[in-house]
Amino acid sequence: MLNAAFMQRALLAALLIGVTAPAVGLYLVQRRQAIMGDGIGHVALTGVSLGFLLNTSPVWMATLVASAGAVVMELIRERGRTRGDIALAMLFYGGMAGGALIIKLSPDGSMANLTSYLWGSILTVSTADIATVGVLAALVTAITFGLRRQLFAVCQDEEFARVTGLPVRLLNLLLAVTAAVTVTVAMRVVGLLLVSALMVVPVAAAQQVTRSFAATQALAVGIGVAVSLTGTTASYYQDLPPGPAIVVLAMVVFGLIGVLAVPLARRRHRTGGGGAEPAACDLVLPGPREDTGSGQGPARGAALAE
Amino acid sequence: MTSPPASAGTGTAPAVRLLGGAASLGGRPVLRGVDLTVRPGEVVSLLGANGSGKSTTIRAVMGSVPLQRGTLELFGTPYGRFRAWHRVGYVPQRTSAASGVPASVREVVSTGRLSRHGLRPFRRRDREAVDRALDAVGMLDRAGDGVGNLSGGQQQRVLIARAMVGEPDLLVMDEPMAGVDLASQQVLADTLEREVRRGAAVLLVLHELGPLEPLIDRAVVLRDGCVAHDGPPPPAAGQHALPGHDHVHPHGGDHDRRARTTAPGLLP
Repeated sequence: MLNAAFMQRALLAALLIGVTAPAVGLYLVQRRQAIMGDGIGHVALTGVSLGFLLNTSPVWMATLVASAGAVVMELIRERGRTRGDIALAMLFYGGMAGGALIIKLSPDGSMANLTSYLWGSILTVSTADIATVGVLAALVTAITFGLRRQLFAVCQDEEFARVTGLPVRLLNLLLAVTAAVTVTVAMRVVGLLLVSALMVVPVAAAQQVTRSFAATQALAVGIGVAVSLTGTTASYYQDLPPGPAIVVLAMVVFGLIGVLAVPLARRRHRTGGGGAEPAACDLVLPGPREDTGSGQGPARGAALAE
Repeated sequence: MTSPPASAGTGTAPAVRLLGGAASLGGRPVLRGVDLTVRPGEVVSLLGANGSGKSTTIRAVMGSVPLQRGTLELFGTPYGRFRAWHRVGYVPQRTSAASGVPASVREVVSTGRLSRHGLRPFRRRDREAVDRALDAVGMLDRAGDGVGNLSGGQQQRVLIARAMVGEPDLLVMDEPMAGVDLASQQVLADTLEREVRRGAAVLLVLHELGPLEPLIDRAVVLRDGCVAHDGPPPPAAGQHALPGHDHVHPHGGDHDRRARTTAPGLLP
């Protein structure tokens, strides 16, 4: 298997995807934007088609268009949630429909060309592709690990992060573009329709058993690499599309960890010294009125304040 | 700026100086010209009914809500040019300290050190500062736990540790006591007292003075986006300061704050 040159390229691409997709997805999930990768994938489809139409590299064109789409999504998010979901939905559908229409306009493009981008393929990863993917993956890794503390702070509590003097908007846009780049890194092997799954599922699987961000990051990347390599290998031997194989494997890992997490948590609860302690402190009073309910005066003051 | 509160306010620039601050939310004017000054070492409480503009005032001071009119200075520097964010500690109004991914107590508190170490690596002194802040709020033994597994009061303690970990000269807190159990309320009051003794100025939104009452130097009462009272905190349970109470205290102009803070028994 390893003697086939296309397989070496596919496995290398799978490794890079396994690292980058969960590394970026972690921040999106932290910000409760798990679905954003999906939207970028849809927009990237227009980029791929444009690449065919203009006879340039579909990967670079997809990177460009997906980045632009991600920046627009981020600006919509920043401006408030009132109609943000509708605007995002429009972007999703526009990207998908635009991609399908443009590919029909291009002379040598067909729906068949798009299919390999939609579902991924290990046969189509060219030498030029792997160079592009390598450069982009290095960029994504440098940002997601190098700026870990900054991105964590922004995704954890944006309002607080602003008061620590962080350039919040710049970091948000950087994260959006990084997510877009990751989508195009992953699309050759996993496919645009399932890219988001590899960003989200390893993180979801890992966080069932972790308590800290650092541990979640390490475990999610570990799971990502494992399922990417295994899924790509399986698709070589069984002639399966690699994207769906990788994603189903990730789901299986999610389920296994979920099953293991229950007894693990129970044992931790039993062995942890302070296991019984929180039960006494977890009593949260609903409001200040109850807190001072014993005294007549304060209670009346609170009532006036309502 | 670690000068004791008694000598503060003489010549040193105010920690917060908001003049004629006006802001809208969704087109509706929420602040109509709020004047608010917090001098170094001073503890100022914002009081008022729901919708009177307390939180918006805090968020305008922190730059989360843009001002339409008025000027804002932090430590004598206009907001637009202010870069000394390590001097400010902020406790936003809490929904939850948790996010979509597990984060440990230590990780959340560590973000408060970003204003100190910036792009440089997180060093030993940063780690020690996190330990001290966690110890101060009685959460050091839970440092490795996920914040999502803590109670509301414990989460609030974590957020206050996060604001304190940069050793700020100004602490800004939006309803730090809301939804906090009694035990945590006392811990927060003790922590705040230590910060005040260290010389930090405090600006906080409260629904009522509660266990923090002895610490408050001055109360600013808002009503419909305007300052309705600016002076010594009402002696009782805050009823006098609350909107709906027609009597306006005749404390106009400058009040002698220094006499208050040096009065025996006020700061134990």
